Amino acid sequence: MTKGPDSEQRVKFYQTGTFTVGNRLLNEAQRTVQASVERANSLDSGHRACQGCGEALGARYVVDAALRATNDQLIAANATGCLEVFTTPYPESAWRLPWIHSLFGNAPAVGTGIAAALRARGREDVRVIAQGGDGGTTDIGMGCLSGMFDRNDDVLYVCYNNQAYMNTGVQRSSQTPPAARTATTTVAGSDPGNELNTGKSVPLIAMAHGIAYVATASVHDLHDLEYKVVKAMSFHGARYLEVFVPCPLGWGSRPADTIKVARLATQCGMFPLFEAEYGELTASTRIRERKPVEDYLKLQRRFAHVFALENAHQLEALRAIAERNIRRFDLLADGEDTA
Amino acid sequence: MLQQIEGSAAVAQAVAACRPEVIAAYPITPQTHIVEGLGDMVKRGLVGNCQFLNVESEFGAMSVCIGSSATGARTYTATSSQGMLFMMEAVYNASGLGLPIVMTVGNRAIGPPLNIWNDWSDSMAARDAAWIQLFVEDNQQAADVHVQAFRLAEAASLPVMVCMDGFILTHAYTRVDVPDQANVDRFLPAFEPHQALDPLAPITMGAMVGPEAFAEVRFLAHYKQLEALDLIPRHAAEFEALFGRDSGGLLKTFDIEDKSTVVVTMGSVVGTMKSVLADMRQDGSSIGLLSIRSYRPFPKQQLRDALAGAKRVIVFEKSLAVGMGGILAADVRMALASLPIAVYSVIGGLGGRPITRDNLRRMLDKGVRDELEEPHFHDLDVAVVHRELERLRDIQRPGPSAESILRDIAGADAVARSSE
Repeated sequence: MTKGPDSEQRVKFYQTGTFTVGNRLLNEAQRTVQASVERANSLDSGHRACQGCGEALGARYVVDAALRATNDQLIAANATGCLEVFTTPYPESAWRLPWIHSLFGNAPAVGTGIAAALRARGREDVRVIAQGGDGGTTDIGMGCLSGMFDRNDDVLYVCYNNQAYMNTGVQRSSQTPPAARTATTTVAGSDPGNELNTGKSVPLIAMAHGIAYVATASVHDLHDLEYKVVKAMSFHGARYLEVFVPCPLGWGSRPADTIKVARLATQCGMFPLFEAEYGELTASTRIRERKPVEDYLKLQRRFAHVFALENAHQLEALRAIAERNIRRFDLLADGEDTA
Repeated sequence: MLQQIEGSAAVAQAVAACRPEVIAAYPITPQTHIVEGLGDMVKRGLVGNCQFLNVESEFGAMSVCIGSSATGARTYTATSSQGMLFMMEAVYNASGLGLPIVMTVGNRAIGPPLNIWNDWSDSMAARDAAWIQLFVEDNQQAADVHVQAFRLAEAASLPVMVCMDGFILTHAYTRVDVPDQANVDRFLPAFEPHQALDPLAPITMGAMVGPEAFAEVRFLAHYKQLEALDLIPRHAAEFEALFGRDSGGLLKTFDIEDKSTVVVTMGSVVGTMKSVLADMRQDGSSIGLLSIRSYRPFPKQQLRDALAGAKRVIVFEKSLAVGMGGILAADVRMALASLPIAVYSVIGGLGGRPITRDNLRRMLDKGVRDELEEPHFHDLDVAVVHRELERLRDIQRPGPSAESILRDIAGADAVARSSE
């Protein structure tokens, strides 16, 4: 369960691993509207995302929630990447809000410029989100992102983290986990896949800037995702949300398993869900039923080699990452086995 | 109001009079005084509700400008040299998106060797970035042309660079009549964007365009720049009617009627050149001057018309296309193609090398006798170059030339001093 204030989402259902049953148990106002034909779609159907794309799902829920939270007074800046390419094969555009794509590494700064223009023109009722993948955000966009945090510009930045450069054909990013296979970290040599002891946590870097709100979320828990977007929009100043979005193409997982893979990442401790305000950790989502890291890895071909006997050290390194997350973010519910 | 004022301060005041709404600032010599001046005015509340942002890089600066201009705010920034290169991806993006951003370029060399002084390498590097590039000859023009730049940018929905020579203009204290607020307001209407990000009328900006339409989009960029060839003189005439000053325009000629030789150049060297040519005319030379004020779009036809009667054109520029020669000279040659005019390319003033009346006179005396090699490197120390070439030939691992040449010159100075 989420610690801390959580007025909008007091009730969560874990009985079936979905919200379907739980929805019927809720009163009308609290029910999810994900399946309703009345539901607004900021990201319209017909876009070109792959089957099972986690990013398309994540972006749709993020932008919809942000639109609801701002009464549709929202402008979006988008980094170059899958999300940009699959949503705007002109003359078609899947976006139903004012949306601009400028470059790969400058979405945070474009967001800053939009916010500054709105402030100059007395339109602070209109809010701004900027969004991109992990490459655009945590590698090439890092300078602009840090500048936006530093100046505390009134922008919510959303990073859809699928742990590699998917749009260019699955190359390593700073978010690619150790041992994972990509097109530039191939399964070859004595340390196949991505090197161990590399990478960085951008949510923690964001927290180090002392900005109003930092959170991680995942597409397997859309209520939690929406709750965090709405909460982020209740703050002014710089905010950062990182959404875990499996990529079937890049990860070698089945499109039908996107939600399952995302859930397992959280349940095994590989992707911790937490919130922070003004640099302080305020809440983390407890793991109710801890799963072995192997359960998460074995659904993805990018990790297939870590199960070979000679690569046992890689599996061990991945287990250690999960252990560390669990310790660091206090992820285990009381009484849960720490082994 | 007439003031004895630094060029950068005059530009800052002129930009402030244009009522900018967003300014992104990043320090780089020699443009820094401009954004410092604007930052101070904004902080004192003298520029309305203008937002002044201290950004983390030039790439960030231009990116903030893109977001701001796309949201319909009048937007300004300034840069120089390495800063121009660092923001280059966003420079192309601003013009591609049709955003009327105005940027001052305090023209400065590009390294290495690191050099903070003036030449045109930075704005020439952005020559093909589809921005309008206006060059100014003095600080009065610098102030005036910024006012015209906002008008032009917003009328054409294109970004405009105002190129002023670093230090020579940015740091020079001269007499400037900074455009007054009332007349600026008369000249420059409120910004009505061609496109804006607005929740009331959502648009998608920055879509991907494939082979089926890319050529047409690029043609339109070219076409729109050529349209500015009409707007620029019209705005200059309106400006002159209102302010009583001749600033801006496509090009300006000085005493070229019936002259056999015409010097073509841009920027602050125009002033020095005028004085040298007056001397030469007094000594019997048939020589005049043409200053290019709009470098992009390049006024090909106007240049051709103006120079049609000349026998000889000497293009003097502070820029070099390595492996080719003069950049401005190539443009002039294209404009004069098939006319029976000899065009000489002279490259000088690189990295702030002083351009004096004396050394210009020596070069032009050779020029009017058709004795300039192609291209001619003005005021080049040939002995130093020869010694370095010899060293490169003779030594196994000769190391970097920049440091070696400095050592050579320092040594020669020491020898000269000891023999005094």
